[in-house]
Formats: sequence, structure tokens, C-alpha cells
Amino acid sequence: MLSVSNLQVSYGAIRALHGISLKVEKGEIVTLIGCNGAGKTTTLRAISGLVRAAGGSVNYEGRDITRVRPHELVRMGIAHSPEGRGVFANLTVEENLELGAYARNDQDAIAKDKEKGLTLFPRLRERIKQQAGTLSGGEQQMLAIARALMARPRLLLLDEPSLGLAPQVVSTIFQIIREINAAGTTILLVEQNAHMALKVAHRAYVLETGEIAMEGPAQQLAASDEVRKAYLGVG
Amino acid sequence: MASLQDRAAHFKSSPAGGVWRALWPLAVALILGVVMQLLVRPNIDAYSSAQILNIGIAIILAVSLTIVNGFTGQFSIGHAGFLAIGGYVAGSLAFYGSFAIFGSGAAKLGILSGLYGAPAGAPLITGGEVLFFISLLAGGLVAALLGVAVGLPSLRLRGDYLAIVTLGFGEIVRVLIQQTPQVLMTKQDIAESPAWKVPLSVGGSLGFGNVPKYTSLFWVYAAVVVTLIFAYRLKQSSTGRALLSIREDEIAAEAMGIRTTYYKVWGFVIAAFFAGIAGGLYAHTLGISLSPVDAGFQKSFDIIIMVVLGGLGSISGAAIAAAIVTYLPELLRTPDTLQKFAIVGVPLLIAGFAMLAMAGRPDNEVDLKSGRDRRALPRVIITLGIVTVGLSVLAFIAKRFGINLGEYRLIIYALALVIMMITRPQGLLGVREVWDRSLYRPLRDFFAPRIGTSSQSSTGSSAGPSAGGTA
Repeated sequence: MLSVSNLQVSYGAIRALHGISLKVEKGEIVTLIGCNGAGKTTTLRAISGLVRAAGGSVNYEGRDITRVRPHELVRMGIAHSPEGRGVFANLTVEENLELGAYARNDQDAIAKDKEKGLTLFPRLRERIKQQAGTLSGGEQQMLAIARALMARPRLLLLDEPSLGLAPQVVSTIFQIIREINAAGTTILLVEQNAHMALKVAHRAYVLETGEIAMEGPAQQLAASDEVRKAYLGVG
Repeated sequence: MASLQDRAAHFKSSPAGGVWRALWPLAVALILGVVMQLLVRPNIDAYSSAQILNIGIAIILAVSLTIVNGFTGQFSIGHAGFLAIGGYVAGSLAFYGSFAIFGSGAAKLGILSGLYGAPAGAPLITGGEVLFFISLLAGGLVAALLGVAVGLPSLRLRGDYLAIVTLGFGEIVRVLIQQTPQVLMTKQDIAESPAWKVPLSVGGSLGFGNVPKYTSLFWVYAAVVVTLIFAYRLKQSSTGRALLSIREDEIAAEAMGIRTTYYKVWGFVIAAFFAGIAGGLYAHTLGISLSPVDAGFQKSFDIIIMVVLGGLGSISGAAIAAAIVTYLPELLRTPDTLQKFAIVGVPLLIAGFAMLAMAGRPDNEVDLKSGRDRRALPRVIITLGIVTVGLSVLAFIAKRFGINLGEYRLIIYALALVIMMITRPQGLLGVREVWDRSLYRPLRDFFAPRIGTSSQSSTGSSAGPSAGGTA
């Protein structure tokens, strides 16, 4: 569905990605794990067009999308839930959700998808008229995911959904990520919380200073000594 | 506010509603304009009508800047540049156009034109007024075009580049105007000058005071109504949502599929257009001589103060602040009047603090669910109270020591800003509007306090059509 090959990104003179390649097949959850500054967020942003690639290519459903602008990518079915959630703090939960469907025009289907999102996240329904900035961290993350789903994506890019959340909330979020995937949405998940990410993902890539260091089925990586030592804090 | 879907459904249901929707604001604008010019103006003195006219122009400027600085969250500090461009373009067109068409640069007043009204027996509408109207639009359009030229390169980037570029823009406009040749006062001068040079002869640093003086309360307040309704509808529209989302989080907005550059430039261009219209009205005002200073930073800063004091993102807040900031220097000249402000200010303070005490601690469950903040209105009232009492104390001191407060206008602005930042950091109204019902809930609670308000009753009351209209 998505294939990235030799992707390079630079911020000024600093090269953040030294040519990474990865693949996401339809129906999968693929996770990209790594430390701070490894280039995880940059990879996602390059895929969704928020930063420009300096080299390499991104293919999506057989089309080269390396230079396609973000608003067109959203129409093509790629939604990106950005790092740090990025909810629109002064707008209500409902308005946030509606903005998620900004690229769409089918009012009736949007209303239905809103209903679906609120069923997936009952907490948001309780707070539908509340300003998003007054939600708790976990609720904001739920809103960010629900908002991304409003674009009716075939591929959902999630950037650190566990950031700054209590462990219990993290497991709720990951449970929902599984449900979203089970309902047919392919997911590319960027995480620092390797433990949780490897639990829900089918396959995983380990990113180190702008390069792919390891890849393989998630369970296999979770069992490998290197990953256990470096990212799971075991052994 | 109702959801986007509700509104979309509303439009679909009434095709004729679209025409009505487009026309009623114009009808309101005409009616208010006529009332201001034909009923209000004859009953007030010349000084007051000039003040009211200035306030109207300031409202257009502040509300237009709100679209950039308030809705979109970009920071433009060269708004006066667009004011000057609109003013000079409209002024030049009306002045030299009058020569070409009517043979003289003098105004041909109809009954609705002229700051002090038209002479007896004036016709309902004159050719000069048509030319004036066209000039206004031309000034607005040229300002808007320059808005594209300034906005497109600087708004493609995220960050504060717009501030830097607009600061430079205002100064460039000011310097360029300074270089323009002398105004051509007679038909003969115009005939002798090269044709391309005629419209550019706007007086340089000497100013351009010969613009025919059409502007009246009619024209200004008709424009105020159109500006206010336009800004309000923009805020409610899906374009407005896109602008607000850019203010809230630009990267997230982009990730939602919103073309951030496109919308930022649109907002900026709309603001430039209305600033240009305001400039045209200003140029045609009796007693005003357009000068390069009108494009300068000081003027831009005055407009920014209005927007910040009113609350970044609030149309009504900007309008109220525009009225206050325009009228304040006049008040400062008359300390006797100012001193009496305490009569209003002290009760305001008492009422504000009493309401704040009644509101008590914020009840998260109740307040957040209904999207209201019970302490917002008391804070607005207290702020107004502090400012009015403060002004009257200042006036007392000034009178005692024979100080002319008018000269300390900027210091008083600064003080007002400091007070504001302490009591209402988000500005007088924040992102709300005076018509948001949620703002007045505390008033109702104050007069009919319900001890132990259950969350049930409060969510019930917020389920109305305009509930949660805080954004």
C-alpha cells in the first residue's frame, strides 16, 4: 500500500533522514520505533507532505506521492495525527471533529462518521461542546485520533499516541488502535513506547539516527536481544 | 453555534434564502447609514460627528486586522500601509477623476454625503458620489492586490515572517508616497503634466488635502455594518474554521488537509481590502489631509492595540476597543469629564467583585461540559472598572498639577495594556463575542442564584441551538 524507498530529509544543513526504506501492506499495523531524534516524526511528516523530501520516493497505492501536497494526500486517504496531538484548543470537540473532515463534502456521510467516532470514544461524546484545550491529555489524544479518522483514511499515520499519558490510558488508546485496524484501516504507528507498540503491531522497523537499523515481524523484534536491551529496558 | 452540517442543511432547504442572506446586510447598512446621517448628525455638534466618524473608520480598521491577527493568528504590523494605499488610490482617482469628468476637483455633495451634511436643495445622489463610491472600491481592490504581493511570499512560511515583511511594507509605502510630486491644482497644470504622472501627483510629504470631501456618517456606518457582518459570517463559515484552525495549530491544520498558505493569504487579502476601504473613507473626510505618516508604524500600532485590547479573535471586542482607543485621547483632553468616570467605575468594580465571589471556584464538571466560564464576565466588568476608576484618578491628579494628559496618551495605552494583561490576558472579550450567550450566564446566576446547580440542569440549558458558542 505504502512503500518508501531511500527517503532523505534535511533541515537546513542537518540531514535528519539518511535514506530510509520501509513498506506498509494493506491491513497491517506497522510500527516505527526508536529514540528521541532518530527521525521517526520526520519520516511521518515526509510521508504526509508536511516536510519536503530531499531525495528518495514515497509510493502510495501505486502512485508516486513524494511531491504531492498534504491537502491532496488527505483526499487520497492518508490522515496524519500529529505529534503532541495538535488539537485546536479554543474550538469545541465537535468543531475539531468537523475540521477533520475538512477535505470532504459528503455531509451525510460526515455526520455518520462523526457518530462512529463518538461511539469509538464515548468520552468525547460526553464532552462534545467542551473546548478541546480543557480536555485531559488522554482525551485530547482520543480527539486527535478521532479527528484523523474523520478524513475517512485508508492509511492512518499516528505519531506517538502514548506521549505523556498514564499507563492505563495508554493501554486504552492501544486497544482502540487495534479496533480501528480491525475495522479495515491500515496504520503506520510511530512510538517511543516500544513495549506497547511491538505488542499491537504486525511488523516493526527500528530507526536509529536517521537510518533503519532493524526490521521484521513485531514479535520477533520484541524477542531479539538487541531490541530488548536498547528499547525495552530488559536484560 | 450550530454545527456546519446544520447550517449546510439550512441553506439547502431555502434557495431564495441565499438571495435574502446576501441582501439584508446591505439593507441594514443603508438604513443605519441613513439614520446616522439624516437623523443623528443634525442633532449633534460638529465635534461629536467628527468623533463618531473617526470611531467608525477605526472600527473598520480594527475588525479587518482581527481577521489576520485574531482569526488566523498571524501577526501583521503594517496594516496602516494598506490604509494609506487605499486612501491615496481612492483620493487620487476621485480628485483627478472629478477634474476629468466635472472639470473641477470639488465635491458634488448629495444629501447623504459630507461630514456636516450637504447644502440645502442637494440632489439625492450625484455623479460625484458615484465616482467616490467607485474610487473607494478601487482603493480597496488595489490594497487587496498588494495584500497578495505581500502575503504570498511571507505566508508560505510558518512563523513570524509576516510581521517582518509587513513592517517593511508599511515603511516602503510611506517612503514611496513621500517621493510623489506636488498635487496639480488646476486644469491647466493637469493638461501640462505628462498623463502618466497625473494620478501619481499626490503631494509627497506635503500631504494630499484636496481630495473631494464626500465622507459622511452615512458612508462610514454603511461600511461598518458591511465589515462587521462580513467578518461575522467569515468567522462562522468553513473558510473561517480553516483560519481559526491555523491559529490554533498550523501543522495539525495542514495535516487535516487544510491548505494553510491559501487560507492565510485569503485572510490577509480580505483584511487588506477592508483597510483600503477605510483608507478611502479617511482620505475623503473633511479636515483630513492624507500624508505619508498615515502609512507609518505608529498608525499600524494603534490598530494593533485595538485588536489586542479587544481580544485576539473577537470581532465585537475589536470594535469596542476601537471605539475606546479612538475616543480616549479626546477624553484625556477634558479631565473634568474624565473625573466623573468614577461614578460608573466604582459600581462596576463592586458588581464585578461580587459576581466573581458568587461564581466561586470553577466547577470543572459543570463549567467545562457547558463550555462556559462563570468568571469571564466578572473579569470583563472588573477590567472596565479598573480602567475607568484609574482614568478618573489620573484625571484628578492631572487637574491638580495642571498636566495635559493628552500628551501622555501612549503611556496611558501602555498602562491599560499592563492592567489588561494582569486581569484579562486574552483581551477584553478573548475569543468570544458580546452576543455569545455563554458570556451572560453568570449574570443570570447572579440575579437568580441556584445553589448547588446540578450538572443535569446545566447541560440541559446548554443543549439549545447556540449552546457552547465560545469559539
